[in-house]
Amino acid sequence: MYHAIVFLPLVGFLIAGLFGNSIGAKASEYITSGIMLLVAALSWIAFATVAFSEEPVFTIHVLRWITTGTLDVNWALRIDTLTAVMLVVVNTVSALVHVYSIGYMHHDPNRPRFFAYLSLFTFAMLMLVTSDNLVQMFFGWEGVGLASYLLIGFWYKKPSANAAAMKAFIVNRIGDFGFALGIFGVFVLFGSVNLGTIFANAASFLPAEGAHGAAEAATADGGTVLTFLGYHLDKAHALTIVCLLLFMGAMGKSAQFLLHTWLPDAMEGPTPVSALIHAATMVTAGVFMVARMSPLFELSPTALTVVTTVGAITAFFAATVGLVQNDIKRVIAYSTCSQLGYMFVALGVGAYGAGIFHLFTHAFFKALLFLGAGSVIHAVSDEQDMRKMGGLRKHIPMTYWMMVVGTLALTGVGLPGTLIGTAGFFSKDAIIESSFVAHNPASGFAFGLLVIAALFTSFYSWRLIFMTFHGKPRASADVMHHVHESPPVMLIPLFVLAAGALFAGLLFHESFIGHAAEGAHHEGWYNEFWRAALVAGPDNHILADMHSVPLFVKLSPFIVMVLGLVIAWYMYIRSPQAPKALAAQHEGLYKFLLNKWYFDELYDFLFVKPVMRLGTFLWKWGDGWLIDGFGPDGIAMRVRQVTTRVVKLQTGYLYHYAFAMLIGVAALVTWMMLGGSV
Amino acid sequence: MAGMPILSLVTFLPLVGVLIILFINDDSEIARRNIRMVALLTTAFTFVISLLIWVGFDTSNPGFQFVEKVDWLDSGISYHMGVDGISMLFVILTTFLMPLSILASWEAVQKRVKAYMIAFLVLETLMVGVFCALDIVLFYVFFEGGLIPMFIIIGVWGGKRRVYASFKFFLYTLLGSVLMLLAIMAMYWNAGTTSIPDLLAHDFPVGMQNWLWLAFFASFAVKMPMWPVHTWLPDAHVEAPTAGSVILAAILLKLGGYGLIRFSLSMFPVASAHYADFVFTLSVIAIMYTSLVALMQEDIKKLIAYSSVAHMGYVTMGIFAANHQGLDGAIFQMLSHGLVSGALFLCVGVVYDRMHTREINAYGGLVNIMPRYAVAFMIFTMANVGLPGTSGFVGEFLTLMGIFQVSTWFALFATTGVILSAAYALWLYRRVIFGVLEKENLKAMLDLSVREKVILYPLIALTIFFGVYPAPVFDVTAASVNALLSDYSAAIDAARAAADVAMAVN
Repeated sequence: MYHAIVFLPLVGFLIAGLFGNSIGAKASEYITSGIMLLVAALSWIAFATVAFSEEPVFTIHVLRWITTGTLDVNWALRIDTLTAVMLVVVNTVSALVHVYSIGYMHHDPNRPRFFAYLSLFTFAMLMLVTSDNLVQMFFGWEGVGLASYLLIGFWYKKPSANAAAMKAFIVNRIGDFGFALGIFGVFVLFGSVNLGTIFANAASFLPAEGAHGAAEAATADGGTVLTFLGYHLDKAHALTIVCLLLFMGAMGKSAQFLLHTWLPDAMEGPTPVSALIHAATMVTAGVFMVARMSPLFELSPTALTVVTTVGAITAFFAATVGLVQNDIKRVIAYSTCSQLGYMFVALGVGAYGAGIFHLFTHAFFKALLFLGAGSVIHAVSDEQDMRKMGGLRKHIPMTYWMMVVGTLALTGVGLPGTLIGTAGFFSKDAIIESSFVAHNPASGFAFGLLVIAALFTSFYSWRLIFMTFHGKPRASADVMHHVHESPPVMLIPLFVLAAGALFAGLLFHESFIGHAAEGAHHEGWYNEFWRAALVAGPDNHILADMHSVPLFVKLSPFIVMVLGLVIAWYMYIRSPQAPKALAAQHEGLYKFLLNKWYFDELYDFLFVKPVMRLGTFLWKWGDGWLIDGFGPDGIAMRVRQVTTRVVKLQTGYLYHYAFAMLIGVAALVTWMMLGGSV
Repeated sequence: MAGMPILSLVTFLPLVGVLIILFINDDSEIARRNIRMVALLTTAFTFVISLLIWVGFDTSNPGFQFVEKVDWLDSGISYHMGVDGISMLFVILTTFLMPLSILASWEAVQKRVKAYMIAFLVLETLMVGVFCALDIVLFYVFFEGGLIPMFIIIGVWGGKRRVYASFKFFLYTLLGSVLMLLAIMAMYWNAGTTSIPDLLAHDFPVGMQNWLWLAFFASFAVKMPMWPVHTWLPDAHVEAPTAGSVILAAILLKLGGYGLIRFSLSMFPVASAHYADFVFTLSVIAIMYTSLVALMQEDIKKLIAYSSVAHMGYVTMGIFAANHQGLDGAIFQMLSHGLVSGALFLCVGVVYDRMHTREINAYGGLVNIMPRYAVAFMIFTMANVGLPGTSGFVGEFLTLMGIFQVSTWFALFATTGVILSAAYALWLYRRVIFGVLEKENLKAMLDLSVREKVILYPLIALTIFFGVYPAPVFDVTAASVNALLSDYSAAIDAARAAADVAMAVN
C-alpha cells in the first residue's frame, strides 16, 4: 500500500508528461486526478492504521542508492505517525487541488503539462515525507523545489513568472547549501545518514548527568568530534552547529525571515499551485524536517532558541507586511509566511506536536483561502488587485462563505475554555500558550510577537474579506457583468477543505497535543499518538504545562482576534476613508510595509549586483587581463616578435608540437635502450 | 572470451574503420554518406564490443584485468594493457559517446568529411588507449598523441578564431608535457621499470615524490583544466565543432582526472597528502571563480565551458580528499560530467546547426516551438545543477561530503557552487528557452529531428538512471578504490612513522 501511495503519483506524472499530448488534456486530467483521489483515500487508511495502532516504526526498503565506503544510502520508506500525518496532508490537499484545477485551468492550452507537474510535485513531496535518510529527504527537498520552479514559471511567456521561478529556486538553494553541509556534519558525527542510526545514537550526545555518566562525561565533553571552520567542537557544540545548518535549509524552504523573499513572488504561478505548494505542503517541509529531526534538536537548546527567535520574527514581520498589501494572493502569501513562523516557534519551544498540529490545520484553511481566492480571481476576469474588487458577496455567495470559513479558521475563532472553535483556534492558541510556558530564553519574546501577529492576522484577513466582498463594486461594469460563481468541480474541493478548517481542530487536538495520561506514558514517547515519531527530552514537559496557563494567556489570542476584526470593520466598512488618511499620516511607515521592508532592494544592492559585477570583473580582468595577458597571450606576443609572422596552424604549431613530442619519445627510448644495455 | 585480447580489439577497431574510409573518395554525396556510415558503424560496433569488458569484469578483483603484455623494442618498455575498476568505465564512456558524436556531425560537417571522420576514429583509438595503457611510456604516447587529432579538429573544422584557440591549447599543453616526460624518465631511473603495476608497488623516496608530483600535476592540471590554467578551454570549446566539444568536455578533460588518480595519488601518496591543501585551494577557487565568470557569459558554449571547469573543481577536490566518498564521488562526477556536459554541448549544437550563432541574446522563447528540445535541455540543465535524481547530484554530493571530512573551510566554500551553478544554469535556460518567441528569424526553427532524438534520448535515460541507481558504477569501482585507499593510508602512515623516527633520532 505504501508503495502505491508514493509511486502512483509518479505514474500519473509519467503518463501525463510523456503521453499528455497524445491522450489529450481531458484524459490527462482524469487520470492524474483519479490517481490522486485514490492515493488520498489510501493515505487516510494508512493514517488510521499507523496512528491509532500499536505498530512500531517500520521501514520499507525500495532500492539501493549510494553505497561508498561507510556511507550506505537506500531508497526506503519510513512509516510512523509523523509520516502518516504528512501523507494525509499532502495527498488530501493535492487530490483536491487536482480536481479544482480541472475547473480553474480549463482555458489553458497546456493542461497536460500542468497536471504532470502537479503530480511530479506530489511524488517529490511524498519522497520527502517518507524518507528514511537525510539524502532521500534532500532528494524530495530539491524535487519539490524543481516542481515549484516549473509551476511558478508555468506561464513561461510572462517575464515576471520566469524571474519569480528562478528566484524561488536560487533562494531555496541558499537554504539547501546549509542543509547539505548539515547532512555532511551528521555523517561525520554519526557515521551514517540513516534516521534510524542517527536517532539511536543521539542519546550519546546528551550531556552526561552526575556521577552516573562520569566516564562518558569525560569523553563527551573533552573530545573533539567535529572541527568546524577552525573551531574544535565537542559533542554538544557540534550538534548545535549541525542543527543550525539543517535549520538553514528549513528556513529556505519554509520562507523564514531573511530567506523569505521568494515566497510572495511565487504567487506568479497559477493559484492552485499557490494553494498546494506555497501554502499547504512544500513550504511546510522545513517544519516537517525540524520535527523529524527532533531527537537532535531536542539536545541542543541553542539551536531551539534560534528556531524560536527566527520563527517569532517571521510571524511578526510577515504579518506587518500583510497589513498593507493590495494583491489578494500576496496577502495570503504573507499570511502563510507568518503562520510558518508560528509553527517554528512551536518547534523551538519543544512543542513539536503543536507545530505539526498547526501544519495540519493550516493546510486545510490556507488551501481553502487560496482556492477561494482563485475562485474570486476566476470570477473577476483574472484581476488580483483588491482595490479593483469589492461588493462581490452577492455575486459569488458560495465563494464568499467559504472564504469566511477560511478566515474564521485562520484567525482562530473559538470560545476560550471550551471545545467550540475552528481549527486555528485549537492549533494557534496551543502554540501561543506553549510559547508562554516554555523555558526557552526566547520564549517570552516569542509570546509577545505571536500575540501581536495574531492581532495583525485578524486585521489583514478581515480586511481581505471586506475589501473583496463588501462595499461598492470597484471593478469596471464590463468585469462585473461577467462575474460568475465557479463550477461545482471547483466548489466541491472548497467544501471539503471548509469541513477540515472547521472541524480538524476539534477532532484531532486530543491526539496531536494531548498529554499522555499518567501511567500510560511510555519512556521516549512524545505522547500516545506520536509515540516515538517525535522526541521530547526528559526536561521537556511542555505538553503538560501548556494546559495550565494563566487565564490572560488563554484569553489574549481571543481578545486580539476580536480587536483585529473590529479595526478592520471600522476601517473598511464603517469609514472607508480611514485607511487612506492613516497611510498619508504615516507615509514612511506605510511605504516601508508596502515595499516589504525593502528586502528585495536590499538584497539586490548587497548580493545580486555585486555578484554580477564580480563575475564580470573576474572574467574580463582575471581571465582576460591577468591570466591570458601574462600567460599564453603574453608568450604569444613574444613568440610573434621573434618569428615576426604568424605561422599557420597546420604547418606550424601542430607540427612543432608533434615533432617535439616524437623527439621526446625517441630520446627516451634511446636513452633507455642504451641505459639497459650498459 | 578468455584468450581474446579484448582491450586491444576495442582500442584498435576504430583504425579498421580508418582503413576502410581511406579507400573511399569523398567526391560525391553518396561517398560522403558512405564515409559517415562506416564511421558510425565502426564506433557503434566498438561500443558493443566494449560492453563485453563490462560483462566480463570481475568486480571483486581490485587489480588489473584483461591484461595483455608484449615486449616492445626489447627495452623494458612493453605493450602492456589492462583495466581496473577506476579505468574500465572510462573506456565504456568513450566508446559510448563516439557514435553519438559521429551522429552529431552528420549534417553539421560538410567539408573534408573524410579527414574529419579519420581524425575522430584515430582520436577514439588514442583515448581508449590512454585508459588501457599499463606502461607509462605507452600511456604517454596515447596521452599526448590524443591531442593531435583534437588540434586538427579544432583547427580545421573550428570557428573563426580557431587558430588562436589551438595555439593557446598548444602553449598550455607543451609546458605540462615536457615536465611529465622528464618525470617519467626520472621514475624509470629510480624504479627501473616503466610498467604501471610495478610503479604502483614501488615506493618512491619522499623527497623525489614531491618533484614527480609537481611535474605530473603540471600536465594533468592543464588537461582538467584547473584554475588558473583553464583559459584555453573556453576558447577551444567555442571554436570547436559540436562533436569536438562533446569529446573534449566528456573525455579529454577526464584524462587529467584519471591521471591524477592513477599516478599522482597512487604513486606519490606522501606528496599528494603534502600538496592536498594546495589542490583544494585551487579547486575551491575554480568552483567559485569560474561559476561567477559563467554567470556573466554571453556565449552559450563559453558558459557551459566555464561550468565544466567548476565541475572539474569538485573532481580534483574529491580525489585529494582521499577518502571513499571523495574518490568515488570524483570518479562518478567525471563519468556523469561526461554524459551531462556532452549532452549540453549537443544541445547547443542543435540550435547552432539551425541558427549558426551561439549568442545567448540571439535566442529566447524556444519552448514555444521546440517543446521536446526544451524538455531535454531542462533535464541536462538540472543534471548540471546537481539536482538529486540526476547523475550530476551523486558525484557533487559525494565529493563535497569527502572534502567536508577533511576540511570544513574548503567544504563551505565549495558548497557555494551549489548556489552559483543554479544561478548561471537557470539564467541561461530562462534567456534561451523561456519567454515569448519574438525574434522573427527563430520562428521557423524545427523541434528535434529523429537523428537528434536518437542522440539525446539515450543520454537523458542514462542521466536519470545513474542518478536513481548509481550502484552499477560503485560496484565496479569499489574494489579498486578500496585497494587504492588502503595503500594510500599505509604509505602515509609509514611516512609519518619514518618522520617520527627521524625526529626521535635528532
